[in-house]
Amino acid sequence: MSRPRLIKENSAPLSLAREQLIRIHDLMVKARVLEERLIQMYKQGHGYFWIGGPGEEAFNVPLGLLMKCGEGPAYDYLHAHYRQSATLLALGEEPIGALRQMKNTATDPYSGGRNFAGHFSRRSKNIAPVTSPIEVQYAIAPGTAMAQKRHGGDGITIVTGGDAGTAEGDFASCLIWSSRPANPLPILIIVTNNTWGISTTSDGQHGETNISDRARAFNIPAKTINGNDPVESYQEIQAAMDYVRKERKPYFLEAKVSRLYGHSSASGANFVNEEQDCLRLFEARLEQEGVLSRQQMDEARNRYSEELAAAARTVRDEPQPSGDSIWEHIYAEKK
Amino acid sequence: MANMAQAIRMALHYAEENLGVTDIFGEDVGAPLGGVFTCTQGLKTAWNSPLDERGIIGAAMGLAMAGHRPVAEIQFCDYIYNTIDLLKLAGNTHWATNGDWAMPMVVRTPVGSGIRGSIYHSHSFDATMTHIPGWKVVMPSTPLDAYGLLISACQDPNPVMFLEPKALLRVKGDERIPGEPDDDRALSKMIDAPLGDRSQWKPQWPLVEGFAVPIGKGKVVREGAQATVVSYGRTLPLCAKAAAQLAEEGLSVEVIDLRSLWPYDWELIKASVQKTGRVLFVNEDTEVTNFGEHLVRRTVEELFYSLLAPPRLIAGKFVPGIGLADALEMASVPQQGDITAALRTLCREQP
Repeated sequence: MSRPRLIKENSAPLSLAREQLIRIHDLMVKARVLEERLIQMYKQGHGYFWIGGPGEEAFNVPLGLLMKCGEGPAYDYLHAHYRQSATLLALGEEPIGALRQMKNTATDPYSGGRNFAGHFSRRSKNIAPVTSPIEVQYAIAPGTAMAQKRHGGDGITIVTGGDAGTAEGDFASCLIWSSRPANPLPILIIVTNNTWGISTTSDGQHGETNISDRARAFNIPAKTINGNDPVESYQEIQAAMDYVRKERKPYFLEAKVSRLYGHSSASGANFVNEEQDCLRLFEARLEQEGVLSRQQMDEARNRYSEELAAAARTVRDEPQPSGDSIWEHIYAEKK
Repeated sequence: MANMAQAIRMALHYAEENLGVTDIFGEDVGAPLGGVFTCTQGLKTAWNSPLDERGIIGAAMGLAMAGHRPVAEIQFCDYIYNTIDLLKLAGNTHWATNGDWAMPMVVRTPVGSGIRGSIYHSHSFDATMTHIPGWKVVMPSTPLDAYGLLISACQDPNPVMFLEPKALLRVKGDERIPGEPDDDRALSKMIDAPLGDRSQWKPQWPLVEGFAVPIGKGKVVREGAQATVVSYGRTLPLCAKAAAQLAEEGLSVEVIDLRSLWPYDWELIKASVQKTGRVLFVNEDTEVTNFGEHLVRRTVEELFYSLLAPPRLIAGKFVPGIGLADALEMASVPQQGDITAALRTLCREQP
């Protein structure tokens, strides 16, 4: 049986360029502050439901930074799940969009007030609509990968989901459709494993040692990494992407991550002390290696806190969609 | 004249040559079989998928999102039920993203009874499918309509469900597909794959033309004055025969082929019911929460004062399946005699 392969310990030297470390840290803080603001909005009654990804920033920020962002098959497609605000920010999305979706305003850039928090969608950036039914994205992703393979170039499809969703048949569909010898697909299959499915623990679901072991049955190269380490995540995602871009074949990454505020507002959305906090760990290393001082990092957090508080005030006064708008966009028009 | 399977094949050929169809796929859709009903024989973009209905619908969605034009097949509609949430998603994607993403895909699936398909090869899907907003739903009853509706489906920027009445797939039409040769045997030689070794076979496609039947438009198959019967798919020819038989008895029945279930041609139904004052809806899906019930409700609400008799519905019995034995299938779904008798009664009913 293989064991989770933790490439580097958290005490290892930070092996990315200083500017890159600062950029990753900045986005991680921005994403964390965004999620905490969303939780606060929910608790203040400025939204009906919260679900998001505080605890997954160390993996999700590098993922967004490494994506080839644009529209159409020449660029990367992201079939995300609802814990990826950090990836969205790394792709250049403004955090106010997520606040607008939480407040279900007409200005919500992802759904016009129609969908839950964290349910992003952006055709101009190849961000496929996030859905509440878990794991359906794994059945859809091979389609965009097929189109990219036919298109040529180095655009790839990235599909992500949680560990609990791997119980769904769509996860198996993805492994099967991606690895057919007649037509292997350029797809990076990712599972962020926080060891929980709402309230079901991993030992209530997973008989496999690592979820990545399942990929091996399909001859898909796979790795389990420490998703709480942004440096390891960056390097492993980059290596995986390089393989998929060049070989036009699937690769599987399982990232061990934390779930810092429980499953969603349905489980209270309160901070869980027992979980590793990837941001706190990263900040300790940045300080230890002299990349950033405590004061600089505190300033970054304060700056984003103020920005998002102001954004929340802006959003609070924005109009809700009108009831009549339910009839809009049922069908696309012929162009 | 072409049969419906040949018409579908020719429409798909036209669509891959002229409408940008990139992938025609599903279980056994590619060579060597070309579909269990032969609807996809010889098509250049046809390929065999894994035996995975959710994968088929999911892949079609992904292809459509990436700007391709897929036509996916589910081998029997009985097997599409495990994809319902994906169908819901395909239907709501444009709406849920406030118009950002479209889903231009076609799903074809054979429906209904008529081949003694027993419990898992006889189901109908019109009631369930018309319950999923965001889709267009069509169901032809003639080869020419199948040809024209499929061409429209392949041009539509929305997901379109193309229901194929399997009992009619081998029935020849009365109208020629534009560009189809005059001689049926010549057509068969050109586009029907031979039995046995097909490895060297290539179809010779006739120069078919881009004839489109608009989605949402029904047609009057037979004019009449005393009652209207509205149907689609397998039961439509039964309704037409019933009207012809009743004409000999001096009763005048107007027959409407709905062709599109969503959106549907309410104006056509309305004009006919206002003329005749009596209406019977006929389909073979199970009768409880049946699409025909919606039509009855709308008729009552909007045309109540034009009616000379209560609107009626003949549909499949609300039983869990269609049994294999002849008598079981016949008793489960509407037959010629049921329709004729119901129309006879309706025509004679007085307020």
